[in-house]
Amino acid sequence: MNPDHHVILRVIAKTLIPLITIYAFYVHFHAEYSAGGGFQAGVIFAVGIILYSLIFGLPSTLKLVPPVFTRGLAAFGVLLYAGVGIWAILSGGNYLEYDMLFEVPEGSHLAQLTGIVIIELGVLFGVAGSMLTIFYAFAGRVAEIPDEDW
Amino acid sequence: MAGVSNGDVGLALANILLLAILFVLGIAIARMRSLFTIVMLAGLYSLVSATWFVALDAVDVAFTEAAVGAGISTVLLLGAMLLTARTAKAEKPFSQIAPALVVVATGAMLIYASIDLPDFGDPNSPASTGVGMDYLERHYGEMGFPNVVTSILASYRGFDTLGEVAVVFMAGLAVALLLGFGERSLAESLRRGGRK
Repeated sequence: MNPDHHVILRVIAKTLIPLITIYAFYVHFHAEYSAGGGFQAGVIFAVGIILYSLIFGLPSTLKLVPPVFTRGLAAFGVLLYAGVGIWAILSGGNYLEYDMLFEVPEGSHLAQLTGIVIIELGVLFGVAGSMLTIFYAFAGRVAEIPDEDW
Repeated sequence: MAGVSNGDVGLALANILLLAILFVLGIAIARMRSLFTIVMLAGLYSLVSATWFVALDAVDVAFTEAAVGAGISTVLLLGAMLLTARTAKAEKPFSQIAPALVVVATGAMLIYASIDLPDFGDPNSPASTGVGMDYLERHYGEMGFPNVVTSILASYRGFDTLGEVAVVFMAGLAVALLLGFGERSLAESLRRGGRK
């Protein structure tokens, strides 16, 4: 393929992809104050990678984010979420009881907040990994999108 | 109807306009034969639904619909479309009478059932009087941050959310197992001479 064929798409995507990725983490870490959460953040993060693969082709995306990494990311996310529950049990609380994660002074919500941020991170990893795995499963079957299909 | 009981004509007009666009898009999708156009219109349908959810003050639902419905689903449907034909088979005339009757009957029953729905923003509706009000009253004192949706999803309903993440993970796993993992199937299609 002529390298300058989709030059406008390439230039715009190169500007947009970092913004999309940062926005995903903004949505995640700002979930306590505005709309969104780990699920939306995971989807937005996956969309950034998918946009990259649509513009720059699947082979270079597979080098950037290998499928084995996305699978592991999805499994790690679920385990991270479930692990917070185990952590709460080990600290003497019920499963997923964030208030018991560690000792906090009276009236502080730090343990609750920490628990929520970590399980939302688990949601982010789980959703982003699963979405990318599904995308790779479909996109991996088409070697190259022919030019006339653009 | 939504918005009218509060005397908010602008919101009611926005609702009617957005629902009319959704209706037109639905008809267009049902009548199209080109799969590419259908996928694009389905993405547009999700985007307009997301706008409508914002008009109904369901910002989190709108956010999810815009990201999943208009973003991921469109790309996945495009990817699936590349694996198959680009146009749907033409329908035989009059082969659609029985489905049409089922659709009309179901639609009539749904419209009949919607008469019993509470008004939009009704403070006496079951959703506003039950456990929802309880969460709204307690969550700030217990959580210390303002977004009640996050505190319900992550904390009060933490088990449900864990189940949801597990479901998403299993969906990804199932698709990967059925269609083959990315690098293997890519090598397969390269070996078959898929590259032009």
